[in-house]
Amino acid sequence: MANVIRRQTPAARMWRGVLYAVLIIAALFYVLPLVVMLMTSIKPLSEISAGTLLSLPQNPTLEPWTKAWGEACTGMRCEGVGGYFWNSFAIVIPAVLISTAVGALNGYALTKWRFKGSELVFALMLFGCFIPFQVVLLPMAQTLGWLGLSSSRAGLILVHVVFGIAFTTLFFRNFYVGIPNELVSAAKLDGAGFFRIFWRILLPVSAPIIVVSVIWQFTQIWNDFLFGVAFSAHDTQPVTVALNNLVNTSTGVREYNVDMAAAMIAALPTLVVYVLAGKYFVRGLTAGSVKG
Amino acid sequence: MAALEIHNVRKEFGSERVLKDVSISIDSGEFLILVGPSGCGKSTLMNAIAGLEPVTSGNIYIDGEDVTWRTPAERDIAMVFQSYALYPSMTVRQNISFGLEMRKVPKAEREAAVERVADLLQISHLLERKPAQLSGGQRQRVAMGRALAREPKVYLFDEPLSNLDAKLRVDMRTEIKKLHQRLGTTIVYVTHDQVEAMTLADCIAVMRDGHILQLGSPDEVYNNPVDMFVAGFMGSPSMNFIRATLEADGDGYALRIATPDEADLLLPWPTARHTAGLVEQLNKPVILGLRPEHFSEEDVRLSEQAEGTLLETKVSVVEPTGADILLRLPLGEQEITARVGPKCQVVPGERLALRVDMSRAVLFDAETEQRLA
Repeated sequence: MANVIRRQTPAARMWRGVLYAVLIIAALFYVLPLVVMLMTSIKPLSEISAGTLLSLPQNPTLEPWTKAWGEACTGMRCEGVGGYFWNSFAIVIPAVLISTAVGALNGYALTKWRFKGSELVFALMLFGCFIPFQVVLLPMAQTLGWLGLSSSRAGLILVHVVFGIAFTTLFFRNFYVGIPNELVSAAKLDGAGFFRIFWRILLPVSAPIIVVSVIWQFTQIWNDFLFGVAFSAHDTQPVTVALNNLVNTSTGVREYNVDMAAAMIAALPTLVVYVLAGKYFVRGLTAGSVKG
Repeated sequence: MAALEIHNVRKEFGSERVLKDVSISIDSGEFLILVGPSGCGKSTLMNAIAGLEPVTSGNIYIDGEDVTWRTPAERDIAMVFQSYALYPSMTVRQNISFGLEMRKVPKAEREAAVERVADLLQISHLLERKPAQLSGGQRQRVAMGRALAREPKVYLFDEPLSNLDAKLRVDMRTEIKKLHQRLGTTIVYVTHDQVEAMTLADCIAVMRDGHILQLGSPDEVYNNPVDMFVAGFMGSPSMNFIRATLEADGDGYALRIATPDEADLLLPWPTARHTAGLVEQLNKPVILGLRPEHFSEEDVRLSEQAEGTLLETKVSVVEPTGADILLRLPLGEQEITARVGPKCQVVPGERLALRVDMSRAVLFDAETEQRLA
């Protein structure tokens, strides 16, 4: 706060010190679970059973990670979570791309090509953001059955796209509302049509909100457990479901180190996405109109 | 043949009627200005011409063809927007050539058009820049360049200068006028600035509440306004409206202006300006309209001296503008503005003799606000 005018009295410095101390303690408190998980995941089982949760690993090993990836038992099979990790990607990537693309088109149509009742349509779509997942489980299962998509990857993608559109439409609609309508009028006079205006004028300035939409959808769909467990068969399960099965499968001794490694593997992609694009996420959420 | 003809156009938003039977026709090469206060329907009319908003009824013809139900792209018009509306992700070059590209003009021709327009507007050095890297005045030029590149039948300007600072606005105004004289384009121009309207137009349409009150040359609209609204809207400082009573004065008429604490003022109405309708207004209240420049200091000889009438009053405020001096002074029950030469030595509180050029005065009905004479 270099731009705050304040006299540097000893008391003021002391209070500043207290403030920082509190903040640092709070930060440590937040990061502690991650540290414990990480440390536990590289300890051999013998060190864990000694009851030393917070101690540093004496003989670090990657063995729990390889076991969690390729050998640990998830229910009846013992193939680790590796396969399910790729399953998750196969579901998340198409679902994110489709829901973002549809959301962008919806937002564009709802702001730049208003029609009678477009506000109502938007309000109804917004409603979709507040529907709890549990409510739609049965009707969705029925629908997927009719469509012949039960327990398939395509079915799970469809579910995520349908649920995601409410959010992505909201993002893009609020972003495009800030872009002057005159831009679209100018392009119409220049002879461009619906898709041409979207592609050439709107999309090139949408980078911030695309990042927001992608990060949001990626974490939502990656972290989803309920739809994954309800609508997938054994070979189409996402990693969250596999992690649950792995932790709940008891074959004698509880291998906490393997559980932790598996949990880390399952959480890694969202962590990576946040670290790489988190900056743009905040920037995109606060981005105002584009001044031409 | 008319380049643009608007025939009985109406526009309704729900039950609200924004345009009420508007009809205008302008010839090729004419500069039409739509002027009026905000909410008068001028921008709606512009959007209707552009095809950005459908009309409720009526017809619009461009070059004799009925374009009422054609899309903006099919109308062969170009528009300069108040916010410029430059495509933010494109360079100046791409901005200018986008319309040509959409119309499938070959690349070589597009390049030639960009060069021609850039030369004309002196923006050749800016062609590779993005709009965000341009100043307000430069953006304005690019916006005009985008319109000029296509050489459409009609140009529409929607308050193009209102986002510029005062000095730049005057410069660009001159530039637009030069361009029009040079290229002979047909232009419809919306503004709420009556100075822009007076300086640029061949023809001014003064609008209010969805009606065109008066359509005429700047001279007509300024000197021969149809009602008090037009008279008050055009001109700055605006016309003085003085409450008076019309009386018989020998063969002709005179205006009696009741003045508190002093003897009533009697201004003879020039014989040359008699109209048939005046008889009916005898001994009724009327409004006398006098522009600030219709007053002058006593010693200056007026061109139409014959009917110049002398009046003396106390000056309350003196506002020198440099080029001339604006005086505020009480006349009858109201305070009026007079414009006198810069050499006038009067100080507030002093009495001053002013000559009134009654031959240029206008008279309105006090009730209907319509022009009487």
